[in-house]
Amino acid sequence: MSKKVSKVIEVDAVVVKFAGDSGDGMQLSGNQFSDTSAFAGNDLATFPDYPSEIRAPQGTVAGVSGFQLHIGHKEVDTPGDLADVLIALNPAALKANMKWVKPGATIIIDIDNFDNKYYKKAGYIEDPLGDGTLDGHNVVKAPITQLSRATVADLGIDAKSADRTKNQFALGILYWLFNKDLKFGNEFIENKFGDKKPLLAEANKRVLRAGYNYAETVEALRTTYQINPIKNRKGRFRNITGNIATAWGLMAAAERAGMELFLGSYPITPATEILQELAKMKHFGVKTFQAEDELAGINAAIGASFAGDFAVTSTSGPGLALKSEAVGLAVITELPLVIIDVQRGGPATGLPTKPEQADLMQALFGRNGESPCIVIAASTPANCFHYAFMAGKIALEHMTPVILLTDGYLANGSELWNVPVVKEMPEIHPPFVEDNSDYQPYERNPENLARRWALPGQAGMRHRIGGLEKEDITGDVSHNPYNHERMVHLREEKVQKVVDYIPELKVTGEDSGELLVVGWGGSYGALVSAVRDLQEEGKKVSLAQFNYIKPLPKNTAEVFSKFKSIIVCELNMGQFANYLRMTHPEFNYLQHNKIQGLPFMIFELKEKFNQILEG
Amino acid sequence: MTEVIKVDQLQNTKADFKSDQVIKWCAGCGDFAILSAIQSTLVESNVRKEDVVFVSGIGCSSRFPYYMNTYGFHGLHGRGAAIASGIKVANPKLDVWHITGDGDSMAIGGNHFIHLIRRNIDMNVILFNNKIYGLTKGQYSPTTPRGSITKSSPDGTIENPFKPGELTMGAQGSFFARVVDTEPKRMKEVFLEATKHRGTSVVEVLQNCVIFNNRIHSEITGKDVRDDHQIHLEHGKPMVFGKEKNKGLVLKGSRLEVVTIGKNGITEKDILVHDVHSPDDTTHYMLVRMTLPEYPVATGVIRACECSNTYEAELEFQVERAKKKVGMNSLQELLEEKSFIVD
Repeated sequence: MSKKVSKVIEVDAVVVKFAGDSGDGMQLSGNQFSDTSAFAGNDLATFPDYPSEIRAPQGTVAGVSGFQLHIGHKEVDTPGDLADVLIALNPAALKANMKWVKPGATIIIDIDNFDNKYYKKAGYIEDPLGDGTLDGHNVVKAPITQLSRATVADLGIDAKSADRTKNQFALGILYWLFNKDLKFGNEFIENKFGDKKPLLAEANKRVLRAGYNYAETVEALRTTYQINPIKNRKGRFRNITGNIATAWGLMAAAERAGMELFLGSYPITPATEILQELAKMKHFGVKTFQAEDELAGINAAIGASFAGDFAVTSTSGPGLALKSEAVGLAVITELPLVIIDVQRGGPATGLPTKPEQADLMQALFGRNGESPCIVIAASTPANCFHYAFMAGKIALEHMTPVILLTDGYLANGSELWNVPVVKEMPEIHPPFVEDNSDYQPYERNPENLARRWALPGQAGMRHRIGGLEKEDITGDVSHNPYNHERMVHLREEKVQKVVDYIPELKVTGEDSGELLVVGWGGSYGALVSAVRDLQEEGKKVSLAQFNYIKPLPKNTAEVFSKFKSIIVCELNMGQFANYLRMTHPEFNYLQHNKIQGLPFMIFELKEKFNQILEG
Repeated sequence: MTEVIKVDQLQNTKADFKSDQVIKWCAGCGDFAILSAIQSTLVESNVRKEDVVFVSGIGCSSRFPYYMNTYGFHGLHGRGAAIASGIKVANPKLDVWHITGDGDSMAIGGNHFIHLIRRNIDMNVILFNNKIYGLTKGQYSPTTPRGSITKSSPDGTIENPFKPGELTMGAQGSFFARVVDTEPKRMKEVFLEATKHRGTSVVEVLQNCVIFNNRIHSEITGKDVRDDHQIHLEHGKPMVFGKEKNKGLVLKGSRLEVVTIGKNGITEKDILVHDVHSPDDTTHYMLVRMTLPEYPVATGVIRACECSNTYEAELEFQVERAKKKVGMNSLQELLEEKSFIVD
């Protein structure tokens, strides 16, 4: 075949969705293409969407694993509502994703898997290639399986491994379609298979190239797209997921405090990666303790904190439920502890792999007794780093447990991150004491009410603490009714005083207007995208996204007071709205809620906001 | 690496370890004797006072840390083992003691108990076994003998009791000892052995609850019966017992059997010699299971085998190895991996 002539169109942003069987390597392909786009200077946001079963039945809709990627020349804040390009390696992948593609989208299918057997498994009654399902789309029917096999036939690898390269074929098509350099793809493969499996590295690289060549010659593809590097952005960047950013933020806090990091944790989706990432960091002195259960995870962390480590426990909603008693122990012993809750759909086991802002009430109130904690929430995959760091800083300097809420959407999603310089980050100064100081365990710094922290092994300051109510100053066990009331107030006041150490709330947009959209945590991307779109249309809408939840920023009421209406948007039934009704009852709060295990879509938010604006 | 720092001529006295808190155990409680024995042990073990940490869960026994003038942590019900694990892993130089009871570590904290032992974290676990729930006022515990009538079993318990020693062996315990609260000298000797052992040392103290389960151990501890109903085991010595020291244990087939020296041609040479260090725990397992009336109850150090490394030593080894192996000196290098500069 001779090389065809194709035209190049410059676009601001595209959304690509990879979909196939859960063993087809869709997550890997997604990450590979994300890294390539990042190196090419694009802004990006990703979101993997996979079943909670490891290998659900092959070819079924339940077994479809997906990865959505939004790359842009302009700023992108979400993985995108609908896809411009869908790669569907089998009919089930097509079926599961057709409702998430734009009209006129390019749909690349592996024609080798489109037969009656697979139609049946996917639950199609008619052949989707002939029943009008794909009308209006640009469909590329590529014999991906066949050509991948042929490409590696002479390498002598087994049939299974040969078939596993087909994701690279589909990727090769994308590299051509979006004018990406194959060099980055090859480097990714080298890093993945490296020296250990040179044959597989060779096979994957070959198939990637074969896919690229196929796209270059096939008639169905006549246009390629160029997404130029993002403008007005300087500095050092990399692609990062929320869980990795969280793990690294904790390490940065340990470093800035000059302390060793101890993580007590029990594996749970979608938080497990934090444990796995930190387990690889022994060379930085990080200690990970994979406990026998959630309770042991947090209690070991409390022990480590007592002994002077920067202690952390990581979990998801069901695990936080199991940890609640121990969170109370950290509250009453006034020890620094960071509790990370990567939220998922609940209650009980709920939706393990699906995002939901499920645990705000649990974090704020899910304990016996008056048990105040600092509660903060990260709002993008990359800023998990900053908020994990801040969780550590607040815990260590204020002698209090801090609950950091992220969610499955942030944890597994990724975006570009402006890499900070660690030595320029704020220092952390825990209230340690010198040996043989005049020490009373519950004597406080009058400024922030933090007690001082004497460590076992230090001379002259032996003391006992524990879960029984303690006497103010001395820390002796006390059942005195007035002492208890005083201590309850002191613990609450200490948490409230943190308000002086956190930034004020900033709105995106004008400081006053018709409608204030209020969100918290991981819904930021969709909310800010929707609000910006409406602002461009000249509408008087602003966004207030909360990262600090307990205590709330000082100027919260002031911000609220400047808008005619306030709508609180959450992926739950209205937990933050109800918290605001409690803390700021003087305002009226409208609500927009979604509880489908899915993030907000920009278009549905805009629709909702327009309704309110039109009265 | 994990050895507790011991300084010669510390000359701590028992008074150094007594806290200023009023002890709130019932008069006549077995806990007093244990407290005293542990204070004596610390004087002899010559440890720095500030390196000692007592950790507990919930229950009568778990008030213990408040009465020791050392560092102390009174935890949550059942969680003492997990808290103590975190302390020891965070700072292996500390001399960590986990004080627990039969409810705390056999029921609500059963999981942490077996996993602590499996990990072999170097600490002393002192298990006060009075076979009853004291602090909640008299319900049966996981070690209460089957059929016992208690406040929560008015018709008798219908559960088989745990033997802490069996659980310890089942979790691959490296050290197990049993003592009775009426013999302070032996208690101190056994506690001292526990402190010397590198790994998780479990000491079961048959402790008397004077209010809710008085005399529960009297068949073992009573002055008139103890010589015949207890066998005090010592490393390297034959397993003999009895007022006349003429009874002993032999292995018959795959079972232990009580014999009388001088009868049926049995001589002292036939009697088993106790080997606490044996990596094979088969005999230790049989010894911890012995119950009246067929057997005497074994006391003393039953197993003390440093056959596997401690968790914290292994971890420290991995950390040191990683520091040498991974050619990355700063966190900044990690953050900048796979990064690129946009001008």
